[in-house]
Amino acid sequence: MFAAACLGILVVMALALVRASLPGNVYDRILAINMFGTKTVLFIAAYGFLTERPDFLDIALTYALINFIGIIAVLKLVERVAGTASPETDE
Amino acid sequence: MLLTLLAIAAVAVVRLRDLFAVVMLAGIYSLITAAIFVVLDAADVAFTEAAVGAGIATVLMLATLALTGRWEAKPRHRPLLPLIVVTITGAALIWGTTDMPHFADPAAPIHQHVAPRYIEEGPKEVGVPNMVTAILASYRGYDTLGEVIVIFTAGVGVLSLLGLRRRRSSAADASPSTPPTTSEEPPR
Repeated sequence: MFAAACLGILVVMALALVRASLPGNVYDRILAINMFGTKTVLFIAAYGFLTERPDFLDIALTYALINFIGIIAVLKLVERVAGTASPETDE
Repeated sequence: MLLTLLAIAAVAVVRLRDLFAVVMLAGIYSLITAAIFVVLDAADVAFTEAAVGAGIATVLMLATLALTGRWEAKPRHRPLLPLIVVTITGAALIWGTTDMPHFADPAAPIHQHVAPRYIEEGPKEVGVPNMVTAILASYRGYDTLGEVIVIFTAGVGVLSLLGLRRRRSSAADASPSTPPTTSEEPPR
């Protein structure tokens, strides 16, 4: 069952990756990387139980903290970056 | 499967011209790498990768984007010759890995040189229970000190660059005739 969960999380990771690499809104991309971080946390947790090492849960928790702080920093900086125009309107 | 995701992320980083998306994808790349490290049972390396690669590096790259601009310029050279060079180098490196010992082979040279002494004598000589900490802080103390100096220098350089920019833009805010800039937050 944990193997199925791992596979499902991997599929969702691939979907988030596709969303982040397709052209789109800035906030779609931020949401994609945020979701990818969440999926990494979930994957590590599920993989820990899959290989019967529940202490991976601590690593997953630390990842969640890093992910949270990273997204906050990204959002704070995006206010300044996202306003710049694309080269089509520049040139 | 994770390696496939890694390859997709790398190709997307190369192909995209929107540098903001590239930074986001580089963060995703670091997260995948960290997950691979966890799967390979190297938890401390994975911590470092997630904290530095996905956290600090993303923030620093975004800060750089705030200073430069969001869109990458069109390349002015043909990619054919560099592609050939990179392909040949990569093929040579892959060919070189065929000489390497197998993964987790206990008879590999890296496990025969100084590692047994670290494992056997480390607790007596250093007195730190954690083996990795003992090696990093005692046996390779000068090495670690040099790394810390390098990171400190890089941090001071980046901070001085960002600080210069912020001071100048706030000075522009103070003068009445210039158009208003976006940075209105107080200096940290």
